[in-house]
Amino acid sequence: MEWLFKFPQLDADFLLTIKRATDGSLRSITRLYGDTIENFFYPLQQVLIFFEDIITGSPWPLVIVVLAGVAWFAARRWSVVAAVVGTLIAIGLLGLWQDAMKTISLVFTATVFSIALGMPLGIFMNRFQRVGAVIETVLDVMQTMPPFVYLIPVVMLLGIGRVPGFIAVVIYAVPPIIRLTDLGIRLVDKEVLEAADAYGCSRGQKLWKVQMPLAMPTIMAGVNQTIMMALGMVVIASMIGVQGLGLNVLQAIANQYFTQGIFNGFAIVGIAIIFDRTSQAYGRRLQMRQATRA
Amino acid sequence: MINGQASIEIRDLYKIFGRSPEQHVGRVRSGLSKAELGKVHGHILGLNNINISMPAGKIQVIMGLSGSGKSTLIRHINRLIEPTFGSIMIDGRNILEMSELELREFRRNKTAMVFQRFALLPHRTVLDNVIFGLEVRGIDKARSRAIGMRWIERVGLVGFEKRYPEELSGGMQQRVGLARALSNDASILLMDEAYSALDPLIRTDMQTMLLELQAELKKTVVFITHDLDEALRLGDQIVILRDGSIIQQGHSQDILLNPADDYIERFVKDVNRARFLKVDAVMEPIPPSVNRSLPTLMSGSTLETAAVELTNSPSYEATVVDSAGKPLGAVSLRKITAAMSSAIAKHEAMKRDVAIDAVDACDR
Repeated sequence: MEWLFKFPQLDADFLLTIKRATDGSLRSITRLYGDTIENFFYPLQQVLIFFEDIITGSPWPLVIVVLAGVAWFAARRWSVVAAVVGTLIAIGLLGLWQDAMKTISLVFTATVFSIALGMPLGIFMNRFQRVGAVIETVLDVMQTMPPFVYLIPVVMLLGIGRVPGFIAVVIYAVPPIIRLTDLGIRLVDKEVLEAADAYGCSRGQKLWKVQMPLAMPTIMAGVNQTIMMALGMVVIASMIGVQGLGLNVLQAIANQYFTQGIFNGFAIVGIAIIFDRTSQAYGRRLQMRQATRA
Repeated sequence: MINGQASIEIRDLYKIFGRSPEQHVGRVRSGLSKAELGKVHGHILGLNNINISMPAGKIQVIMGLSGSGKSTLIRHINRLIEPTFGSIMIDGRNILEMSELELREFRRNKTAMVFQRFALLPHRTVLDNVIFGLEVRGIDKARSRAIGMRWIERVGLVGFEKRYPEELSGGMQQRVGLARALSNDASILLMDEAYSALDPLIRTDMQTMLLELQAELKKTVVFITHDLDEALRLGDQIVILRDGSIIQQGHSQDILLNPADDYIERFVKDVNRARFLKVDAVMEPIPPSVNRSLPTLMSGSTLETAAVELTNSPSYEATVVDSAGKPLGAVSLRKITAAMSSAIAKHEAMKRDVAIDAVDACDR
C-alpha cells in the first residue's frame, strides 16, 4: 500500500537532467550572447540614467513645483496639490530626498514604458479575440508568478543593475494596463458603436474617435494600478541592484534597523498616495463627462 | 454634396438568428413557422419574407411592439445587420452586393441614423457631436462647423453648442442626434424609435419639428415606432410588423378603416379616429340628383373639424372640394359620426358578448 502515500514522481535522475540542461543552456546563451543582449539594452539604460539625472540633478524647489503643477493639471483640486507638496517636504525632512527621487524616476519611466507597451497590446487583444485568450493566460501567469522567480533569468541574462531591475518592474506592472485597455474598449456602449458604424467610420476612425476616448476612464484605472504595482515592485527590485528607497528597506531588513525601515516604508507609501490620488482624480475628471453612459 | 432622392425596395428579405442560418432559410421560405424553427432547430426567425417599397421623399413608418423585428429591419437598410436572404435596392443598387469600402461610402453619403437612446459621444461638445458625420467624411473643420451651426440653429439649440450631452435634457439630446443626422445631408434618414424615450409633450414637439423639416427637405425617412398615434401622425405609409412578418401595410387611412386582423384592431381601437381620419376616406360619390348648394369641406380635413363645421351649419351634408374648389365627393354628418365611432361600437359589442358569456357561465 505504500504507493498510495508516495506520489509516483518522475525519475529523480530525469528531473535532474532537465534542470541541468535548461540551466546549462540558459547559461551558455548568456555566455554567447551576453554582450549582444547588453548592447541591445544599452539605449534603455541611457534613457533610465537620463531621467534619473534630470530628477536627481534638479534643485529641489523646482521638483516640488513641477510635481505640484502636474497634480494641479490632473486633479484641478487644491487638496491634492497640498497633499503632494506636504508629502514631498516630509520625505525631504527625513533625509530621503535623493533616494525618493531615484524611486520616483524609476516608477515614472516604468509607467511610461508600461503604457507604451500595454495600450497597443490591449487594443490588439481586443481586436483579435482569439489571440487575446492566449495573451490573457500569459498575463495570469505574469501576475501570479512570484516575482523572485522571474528575477532569476533576468539576472542571469543581464546581471544586476538598473536595466534588469527596470525590466522586472515593467513585467510586473504591465498586466493591468493591458487588461483594462481591453476591458475599457469592450465596455463602450453598443449603441454608440452602432452610431459610429452607421456614419461610416473606418476601423481606425472608430477606434480613435469613439472607442479609445470612451475607454479612457477605464484605461486610467489601469494606469493607476500599474503605478501602484511598479511602486510595490521597487523593494523587490532593489535585490538586483535598483537604487532608491527600496534599497534602504532591504538594508534595514538585513541589519534589523527598524526605524530606517519605517521611514523608508512611509516614504514609499507617501509616494504611492501622491501618484494614486493624482491619477485617480484625473480618471474621475475624465469620467464626469461620461456620466450619461448607460 | 447634394444628394438626390432615394427610394428603397426591400424584396424577399429573411433574417434568421442562430448558428447556421443559411441551412434553414430554405425551409423557412417554404413555410416553416417561427415557433417550429425555434423549437426544433434552435434558431430565431427575425424577419420573415419582408417586401416593402418605400417611395422617395416620403415618411415610411414601421410599427410593431418590442420583439416584432422593427429594429432589426431598419438596421438592414444601412446593413448594420446582414440579412440571411433577400435584396435591398436603394436607387436601383443592391446594397447587399456592396464591398466593405463601398458600404462605408454609402453610409457616409446616403444614410444618416437617429437612435432611441441618442447614442451621442459623451466626450464631445454638442457642436462636435453634430459634425461627427462630416468629420468622418473628412470635410475640413471650418466648413463642417458652419454646416453644424446651421443645423444647431435649425433644431433650436443655439447657445448650447459648447455644452456636453450630459448637461442637456433628453429632448435636447435628441435634437443633437437629429442635427447630427441632418448635417450629413443624406437622402435617407433612419430613425430608430427616435422619440420613444422622450416625454409625451416633448415627443409631440419633436414630431412637429420633423414634419416641418420634412416639408422642406423631402428626405426618404424610415421611422420606427411602437406607438400608433405617432405612426398615424407622421407616416405617409405604414407597415405593421408582428413576429417578424408584415401583417398590414398601406396608407394610414386604410389601416384605421380596414384593420387586417384582430391584432391591428386592438391597436386601432384606442386611437382618436376623429383626429386622424380624413373626410376623403369616408366620402361617397356625389349623388347626381342633388342640386342644392351644400356647405363645402376642404379635402384633407379631419373628421374632427368636419364634424364641428357641419354641426354649426344648417345642413347635415357637405361637399368635399380640393384646393381649387373642384368637388370630389359628398359626406354627411351621420357618415362622419359612424366612421368616428365604428371601432368603439365594435369594441363595446365585444365587451357585451364577454359579459353575457360570463353570466351564462354563472347560470350553469
